[in-house]
Amino acid sequence: MSEVNKGVLVTGVIGSDTHIVGNRILSRALEQEGFRVVSLGALTPAAEFVEAAIETNADAILVSSLYGQGELDCDGFRDLCTEAGLSDILLYIGGYLVVGDQPWEDVHIRFREMGFDRAFPPGTRPSDVTDVLEQDIAARRAHAKQGA
Amino acid sequence: MAIVRAALLIDFGSTYTKLRAVDLDRASIIGSGQGPSTVTTDINIGLDKALADLEHQTGNLPDFVHTLASSSAAGGLGMVTIGLVPKLTAQAARHAALGAGAKLIGNYSYELTDLDISQIEAQRPDMILLCGGTDGGNKAIYLENATRLAASKLDCPIVLAGNRSASDAARQSLCNSGKNAVITENVMPEYLKLNIEPAREVIREIFINHIVRAKGIDLAASRFDEVLMPTPAAVLDATRLLADGTDGTPGIGPLMLLDIGGATTDVHSICDGLPPQSSAHFVGLEEPYAKRTVEGDLGMRHTASDVVAAFGGTEKFAAQAAMDSGVVDRLLIRCRDEVDWLPDSAEARAFDEALSRAAVEVAVERHAGTHSIVQTVHGPATVQRGKDLTQIGTIIGTGGVLVHGTGSRAALEGALWSAVRPQSLCPKSAEFFLDGDYALYAVGLLAAREPEVALALGRQSLKSLSKDQSNG
Repeated sequence: MSEVNKGVLVTGVIGSDTHIVGNRILSRALEQEGFRVVSLGALTPAAEFVEAAIETNADAILVSSLYGQGELDCDGFRDLCTEAGLSDILLYIGGYLVVGDQPWEDVHIRFREMGFDRAFPPGTRPSDVTDVLEQDIAARRAHAKQGA
Repeated sequence: MAIVRAALLIDFGSTYTKLRAVDLDRASIIGSGQGPSTVTTDINIGLDKALADLEHQTGNLPDFVHTLASSSAAGGLGMVTIGLVPKLTAQAARHAALGAGAKLIGNYSYELTDLDISQIEAQRPDMILLCGGTDGGNKAIYLENATRLAASKLDCPIVLAGNRSASDAARQSLCNSGKNAVITENVMPEYLKLNIEPAREVIREIFINHIVRAKGIDLAASRFDEVLMPTPAAVLDATRLLADGTDGTPGIGPLMLLDIGGATTDVHSICDGLPPQSSAHFVGLEEPYAKRTVEGDLGMRHTASDVVAAFGGTEKFAAQAAMDSGVVDRLLIRCRDEVDWLPDSAEARAFDEALSRAAVEVAVERHAGTHSIVQTVHGPATVQRGKDLTQIGTIIGTGGVLVHGTGSRAALEGALWSAVRPQSLCPKSAEFFLDGDYALYAVGLLAAREPEVALALGRQSLKSLSKDQSNG
């Protein structure tokens, strides 16, 4: 385990999606930044993200979806987390989330409404994610401490 | 010829005290003895009777170099396992306990409730295995469950094999309440990584040091060197030795053992079970190399009607057995009412054959993993869940119905892959054997002292079941 534990992250590609390369690059970059990454790989059902997050006491789940069915695969994801006792876990999603030429703003709003804390469009670089992630995790931990 | 070196292997069973005397130089069985199980009164009585029986066969008994025992007396090693997520640490805990030869009497997940605690108290386990969280992962539930066990009336040993960052605190809270708690390595230190050997070892040590005394087996302690393990663990060690061999002698490769009893069916598989073709994508918790499952609803008598139900119901079973369904119903009632009943007619023997075949089919299907095809944008992809048994080349049967019944080969062939369950990763083809002398427990015990002799004895005691020959 890394000395500087910036947070425990569960990553993976959801649903019947086999596009693993981008997810690997992201996971590697986050590890180098000092996060502890539990990488589930491709073809991961929603329930397995949640189960991994419970056992590893994760701070955030980072879902990749690159085949346009993200909306279908992630339906009820936040509820699943809440049921599992992870109501305050951070949920990020990124990739080619929908089919066709839809304005990103609309897509973003839909995924926010589904309970994701942040959604990232195609072309996002790992460095775009790490800073906000660190801030979000720090805020979440501070909040948890207040609650305790 | 005088026997120079000999060993005595004892099984303190639930019904019988069994003995096998082994000539260590020839790696062969000199004689067998059997007496009743008298653990509830004085274990020595049954042992004396078994020794007299052995002596009756062999003449004067030699001095034994090793006298080793296994035990499944007084209910065996009854264990309750507790984990966090059912498919993850709770499953890893189950694998660890079964691999240590335990009889699972309860398996719990998440936070224990008041009802769970009173249930566990009523189950009166001999030992509890408490797990939860990866190393550095979830502590809260693991610690909460330790606190709940600390506040309970339970006084059995508790093995702690959860998140290592929380095990000290868990132990502290249990010890503060006067419980006996032992820490070992996490059964799932990283997500989906299985690590059950350390927990198995600790369970065995506690079995030797505490449970043997608690069960009254130590009353005969001066008469043997050691009770090494629960009997199912001895059988598992024997199957592992047969498959892997020793440092000097190769084994017979990936294998499976099926033990059909009156109430349960045990399945052991020794193989790595990973996807053979790299195209398959493995999903879920790792599977144990030496895997043991116990099907509590698949037995020849106490649970006969459960076998038929699990197989698909009376109609399907009757069709498979080529029997009238009215006859099946009648014989099922007989099984339930007379659990000691032995088949006494052609009809009853046919029924037993079909029942053992059905038990094998269902037990192996539950033990084996599956393949499923997922459609992706890149075309179909194969997903594997559970253990791939297709590489297994040897199947061994043991237990009364297989050893003494007819049609054992037909029953054991129920373990093979069939088009009826195409997704199940069962063995594709195998050679079939019987543990005809009930020697495997002795092989497993002897493996701890003289592995080369044990392996030779094990290989010798396997009776081949060729295709056109029945053992009846």
